Amino acid sequence: MVTGFPETEFFHNYRRSASAIIGSALMVLFAVAVLAGPFLVAQNPYDIASLNLMDSYKPPMWLAGGDPQFPLGTDGQGRDVWASVLYGARISLFIGVVAMLASCTIGTLLGLIAGFHGGLADAVIMRIADIQLSFPSILIALFLMSAVGTGIDKVLIALTAVGWVVYARTVRGSTLSEIEKEYVQAAKVAGLPNHKIIRKHVLPNVLTPLIVIATIQVGTFVLIEASLSFLGVGVPITQPSLGLLIKNGFDVLFSGLWWTSVFPGLAIMMLVFGINLFGDFLRDELNPRLK
Amino acid sequence: MLGYLLKRLIQMTLVLWIVSVIVFLMMSFTGDPVFMVVPIDASDAEIAQARRLLGLDDSLLVQYWKFLTSLVQGDFGQSYVFRQPAMTLILERLPATVELVLVAMVLAIAVAIPLGVYAGANPQGRISRVIMAGSLLGISLPGFWVGMVLIYLFAVNWGMFPSSGRGDTAEILGLRLSVLTWDGWHHVVLPAITLSLATMAIILRITRAGMMEVGRQDFMKFARAKGATRRDVLYRHGLKNALIPVVTIFGLQLGDLIAFATITETIFSWPGMGKLLIDSIYRADRPVIVVYLMLVALIFVVINFLVDVIYTLIDPRIRLK
Repeated sequence: MVTGFPETEFFHNYRRSASAIIGSALMVLFAVAVLAGPFLVAQNPYDIASLNLMDSYKPPMWLAGGDPQFPLGTDGQGRDVWASVLYGARISLFIGVVAMLASCTIGTLLGLIAGFHGGLADAVIMRIADIQLSFPSILIALFLMSAVGTGIDKVLIALTAVGWVVYARTVRGSTLSEIEKEYVQAAKVAGLPNHKIIRKHVLPNVLTPLIVIATIQVGTFVLIEASLSFLGVGVPITQPSLGLLIKNGFDVLFSGLWWTSVFPGLAIMMLVFGINLFGDFLRDELNPRLK
Repeated sequence: MLGYLLKRLIQMTLVLWIVSVIVFLMMSFTGDPVFMVVPIDASDAEIAQARRLLGLDDSLLVQYWKFLTSLVQGDFGQSYVFRQPAMTLILERLPATVELVLVAMVLAIAVAIPLGVYAGANPQGRISRVIMAGSLLGISLPGFWVGMVLIYLFAVNWGMFPSSGRGDTAEILGLRLSVLTWDGWHHVVLPAITLSLATMAIILRITRAGMMEVGRQDFMKFARAKGATRRDVLYRHGLKNALIPVVTIFGLQLGDLIAFATITETIFSWPGMGKLLIDSIYRADRPVIVVYLMLVALIFVVINFLVDVIYTLIDPRIRLK
């Protein structure tokens, strides 16, 4: 078979899995939209000078009164909904990915410490994790945001504060089983310092399960951020994410102006659905136990 | 068993204490509540007096001690906005939230379990694939957006259901409930569907996974071999054993429903404690936020405890330690 992919089991299964292909296609679509967003639309929705109040509340172009210049219609300030969605997706995805990277780094570090050193550090880290896991993430994030106020940086902190736990627990578990193994014992006997054993031997072997968690977490974070922004305690109005766009649209929904809120929601759905589809495929591939 | 219960009780108290410390610290480091109670044109002397009355002059430790002792006595102070005991405000709205959460939970279970059993029993079937894709979509949807779309379609466009409020309530055992009246049911439908979707999707997936796991077991082959009907095999032999992970997730989901009810209640103007929380966050009404958090923490701790106990009751292989 002639393909661009190396013929490994992973790619073999990938090509046979409709959900993996659809999921990754959606993810690529969003990656392109986020990177190329400003070049795809004529209007910068944050540049007041480019807005014209005469254009406000235009319906999508296929409806009566629509304007091909604004394919998905406009909002109350004459802002192109399509442009807002592209810019909003940038903010949503940026928050999701950065918060995931921060959670993953901090969680992995704490998990390694807990698993490798045990004792007091282990007890403290894991008890915090236990307590935190018994509360829904959205509620913890909501509480943190209500205390620190709105802002992208604050959303990142709140998401990281709820997101590290799952990595810490997973890494601790795999570290405990790794350090029992002979190669780690051998490295210890050979006199390697702890940080080298962790970095060179333990870490590479505990990373695989994290790939699945990290993938799905981006989707979860996008949803949590959207909920926070919808409630008005997420991103500031000057940097509207998809969730804040929905909130702004909700205020005019009762006048029948559905497009300002429906399209940002569809964008979130497609993005998170794509991530979850691909994440499910990864889980099946990387975790043969669950097959 | 008694030793286990005692140990869990101590654990639960410890968790609640830690939550109280965190809540207190977060509340102390953010904003100055004195400006919530004094008029905008208050003089420095008035502000200083209000500060003294609120006990904000004391050291953090003294303040925490006062905070903790009044918590234990059930005294959470007055709401800055409503000038009523914060506890009363929350408790008044608790039945509305519990009602919404329970209706959503029942709805989720009623839909998810049969579909999950079907998808688990026929993993390769076309309908199962549709069910599974649908459940993944259910997890991927922002719940508040679904609520909005439902409002737009069923309330604004077609006028089939109301978009806000609880409707008529009837009183039973001192609780005012909407589900006792026809008008109340009419109001509860849309918010309950909105709230239940994510939980429905998750319970469905867990049920399916459980059924697939159970389907490989010998006792299922035996049940089939002895000629039990398909329905009996799936539900009496299969589901009963597949339910164990469902029960664990059930507790977590109940917690999630309470948390997400804050958003659903806000969209549908459902007068529950979740909407009160969001309103209180906007107005920095600290006492109400504290009561909400402590009450919800208590509810979660109790739910987790009950789940563990039920877990051992339905699976005799697990013994309480």
